[in-house]
Amino acid sequence: MKKAAIVGVLLAVGAMGLAAQTSARPGRKIHADTQTQGVPAMPRFRFENFTTANGLPDDHVFAVLVDGDRVWAGTNNGLAEYENGQWKTYTTADGLAHRAVLSLALDKRTGDVWAGTMGGLSRISAGRIDSYTQLNSGLSNDVVYGVSIEGENVWVATAAGACRLNTRTGEWSLYNERNTPMTEIWAYGVSAAPDKVYYAIWGSGLLEFNQKTGVWDKYDDPDGENEIVLLKDQGLIHEIVTSVSYVDGVVWAATYFGASHYDGRYWHNFLTKDSGLPSNFINFIKGVDRNRAWFCTDKGLAYYDGTNWAVYRPALDIGKPEMMVRDAQARVTQIPVETAPAHNYVLGIDFQGRDLWVATAKGLSHGVYQP
Amino acid sequence: MRRRFAIATICAAWMCWSALWKPAATVNAQLSEVEQEGYASPLEVLLSPDGARLYVLCQDTAQVRVLEAATGQVLQTIPVGRQPRGFSFSPDGRRLFVANSWDDTVTVIDTQSGQVKATWAAGFEPSSVAEDRAEKTLFVADRIGNNVTVLDAATGAEKLTLEAGRGASYLAMAADGSRLYVTHVYPNPTPHRTPPKSEITVIDPGRAQVVDRLLLPNIAGVFHVAISRDGKLGVAAELHPKNLVPLAHVEHGWAFVDTLTVFGADVGRSVEVPLDELDRYYAYSFGVAIAPDKSRIYVTHGGSDCVTVIDTKKMLAYIREHPEPFAEDLSASANYVVGRIAVGKNPRGAALSRDGAKFYVANRLDDTISVIDTRANRVTQTIKLAGPEKVSALRRGEQTFYKAYSFQGQFGCSNCHIDSTFDGLQWDLEPDGFGRDIVDNRLIEDLRGTEPFKWNGGNPTLVKECGIRTEMYFWRSQNYDDRTLTDLVLYIRSLPSRPNRWRAANGVLTPAQERGRAVFYRTIDKLGQPIPQSNQCGYCHSGPKGTSQKSFDVGTGKPTDNSGLLDTPQLMSLALTAPYLHDGSAKSLEEIWTVYNPHDRHGRTNDLTKDELNDLVEYLRTR
Repeated sequence: MKKAAIVGVLLAVGAMGLAAQTSARPGRKIHADTQTQGVPAMPRFRFENFTTANGLPDDHVFAVLVDGDRVWAGTNNGLAEYENGQWKTYTTADGLAHRAVLSLALDKRTGDVWAGTMGGLSRISAGRIDSYTQLNSGLSNDVVYGVSIEGENVWVATAAGACRLNTRTGEWSLYNERNTPMTEIWAYGVSAAPDKVYYAIWGSGLLEFNQKTGVWDKYDDPDGENEIVLLKDQGLIHEIVTSVSYVDGVVWAATYFGASHYDGRYWHNFLTKDSGLPSNFINFIKGVDRNRAWFCTDKGLAYYDGTNWAVYRPALDIGKPEMMVRDAQARVTQIPVETAPAHNYVLGIDFQGRDLWVATAKGLSHGVYQP
Repeated sequence: MRRRFAIATICAAWMCWSALWKPAATVNAQLSEVEQEGYASPLEVLLSPDGARLYVLCQDTAQVRVLEAATGQVLQTIPVGRQPRGFSFSPDGRRLFVANSWDDTVTVIDTQSGQVKATWAAGFEPSSVAEDRAEKTLFVADRIGNNVTVLDAATGAEKLTLEAGRGASYLAMAADGSRLYVTHVYPNPTPHRTPPKSEITVIDPGRAQVVDRLLLPNIAGVFHVAISRDGKLGVAAELHPKNLVPLAHVEHGWAFVDTLTVFGADVGRSVEVPLDELDRYYAYSFGVAIAPDKSRIYVTHGGSDCVTVIDTKKMLAYIREHPEPFAEDLSASANYVVGRIAVGKNPRGAALSRDGAKFYVANRLDDTISVIDTRANRVTQTIKLAGPEKVSALRRGEQTFYKAYSFQGQFGCSNCHIDSTFDGLQWDLEPDGFGRDIVDNRLIEDLRGTEPFKWNGGNPTLVKECGIRTEMYFWRSQNYDDRTLTDLVLYIRSLPSRPNRWRAANGVLTPAQERGRAVFYRTIDKLGQPIPQSNQCGYCHSGPKGTSQKSFDVGTGKPTDNSGLLDTPQLMSLALTAPYLHDGSAKSLEEIWTVYNPHDRHGRTNDLTKDELNDLVEYLRTR
């Protein structure tokens, strides 16, 4: 019943979001002039977009990962590797667990790439692909929404809970409703660090694993499963957590109903009504540090620098590239730009120096930083 | 959203478990019978940078012996860890690193003093070791770990592990230090009944990352790899098995080809080159070296007691002029092989002097070092290492095991039981038609109490298994005489079980292993129903080695099998021996139950959750 209510509200919100794509958001005052005096200096990019027309195996890009000069794109039809201006695609014929690649992680020590797919978990190591499935290994479920590497452990978020592969011993440890506080087992995202591991659980809040003590903890929305925010900064913004990023001791959590920032003591939440977020429906979040983060929403890519916001997207109505900056006084200024990410439905992001790589539902975008 | 997996398990009551449990410490402390005999068993040799001293790695006495190269006189004897398998110098020659395969350590020796300076943990079954040119990082190939462990060369602290091929064992550093090449002795996993595949893993030592994998199709069992001084030519010694066709096909090339993979800029790609002749095979190519001027390549043959000499220029010309593949064209070798030099028994590691004038070969099973004059292509000196003068029955058995005993000397026991283990392959052994009765090769350690043998349990004793059966189906040659067969059986029965890396030294199980053990011994399923005794894990997999020594039909038979009844395999060292089931169709332990036990005939398992199945797997890996 509870679950049905959540899904119902989610569908309604999604429908509203789709409707909103065709018209500008009412009630927000936007300075459409080109005067940028007094406007916070937010990073600007020239977006170069990749689709099947220029080498991607599929336009639907679920995840992107940067490894130095190399870029990996998890698409609906294979894993694509971009290097020296060329795309190379890995498919199930090469050993990939499934054609749909949902998540990516880099083992910075070994250079191996781990890909979470709709049919298992794959490791790509200097061209060799080893795949783990729920049948041939201890992986809890073949639908792998998230993956994160910490030391010799691979932490995995699946449709049947969390799991950990120790690459040294080959041991799989499963974490689910039987041995953690998670009440739902739909693990959507994971972010692992030497001290803590955080899981984004769809419908069951944020799960924290203390690496030192081996104890699990859970953070819930203090409003319960109410879709109305009663207690905004007193805890996680919503139970449907879709993505998590743990950086510099701070947790950035994305939900389908806003975003949360947690420094271990205080929560701060972000909603469209009182922040620069273009949508509360957030697919993916990536923290830069304690204060800065990127938000991948269904209505564009957003950046928060701790005070100000910037949104990058094709305009929701006519698709014209747009960039909007919102300052601390909530003044929104439209910055004239000539390029935008390939689509406003943004699914992932990674950084290449000051450049961005952005996964969208209609292509992959390289945001070349403009000094 | 709660999803439970109906999965499988073995189970059952094994009431005397605690009495039979053998702590790992006890196992580790045991010396194999072979080690107790005191033979040096030289496995590898190295020359000091100035060429004055010859370092000999003695496997069974666990020593490095330092000899005066000119005379063979022993200068020093340095104890190292158990079953040392590989060694190498630091680039400045001041340190010698020894990989101790059964201790999971690397011994660090000061070459000036001959003193052991440190002993460092180094993964699961270290088999060879190499230091980077900057002398900051040590790379250790781990056979059981299937990886390369990267250590801080100053402290021994582990930095990370790099995924290599299965059974990672041998290393070769390019002379300029820019690349490290890694080979592996068991094939990488491939789909059932498809040709094996191996790789040469290429590491950038500076970044400590794998940067390439040279694919070796049709290869299972890659040993030493050598790189020319200019870095443009690489050569790896290997086995090319023909496991997909029945062994009956002697006239069609039969079971093995002995080949080299040649790679590097001089070739432009990886090419497989045969070493055998039409009517004579040169089995178990193991050691390999390239002359300083690249004019010659030397290969030791552990099964044929000889060294092959290749004219590199002629070989490269042949490669250029002939379309691939020609790995199975045994007429090819006549175009580039320019010498076959008889040496001692079971020649293994080898080293060239810096000027290339002398080639030293470690003859593992007669405790000698052959010194070959490379200009004359003949042995000019044989250095006898100190040890028992008498050749014991056990030693004779080991010599037989490693000798290519078959018709035309094509192969011997050790071809399929690499270093007295297994080969990771599935074979079509008997003359009953293509693709019938496919059998997975089994580990042959600690066989006492696991009779009968063969997957159909057809051979009640090792005498029958190794004698009549082997002579009839494998060797196609003369029978063993009684003494030879007795010695061989004695040797095989003496092989101990290696230390179990998944079981704590004190024998205490982890929580997951304990839970798995409970699943293994359960008598009631999760629905509260009693599990019939015959469907409890411990009923068939009973006793200290996990076998009742009886045959059962557990529903894993295939239409191509001649019998549904299968011998219950022992469970020792189970973690090492993937794939599983009699025909190797289960790629992992999990697949035994997730794929091949749909009707709960191989134990009651379909009531288990995925967590519980994982626990069971964790427990089984401690066996």
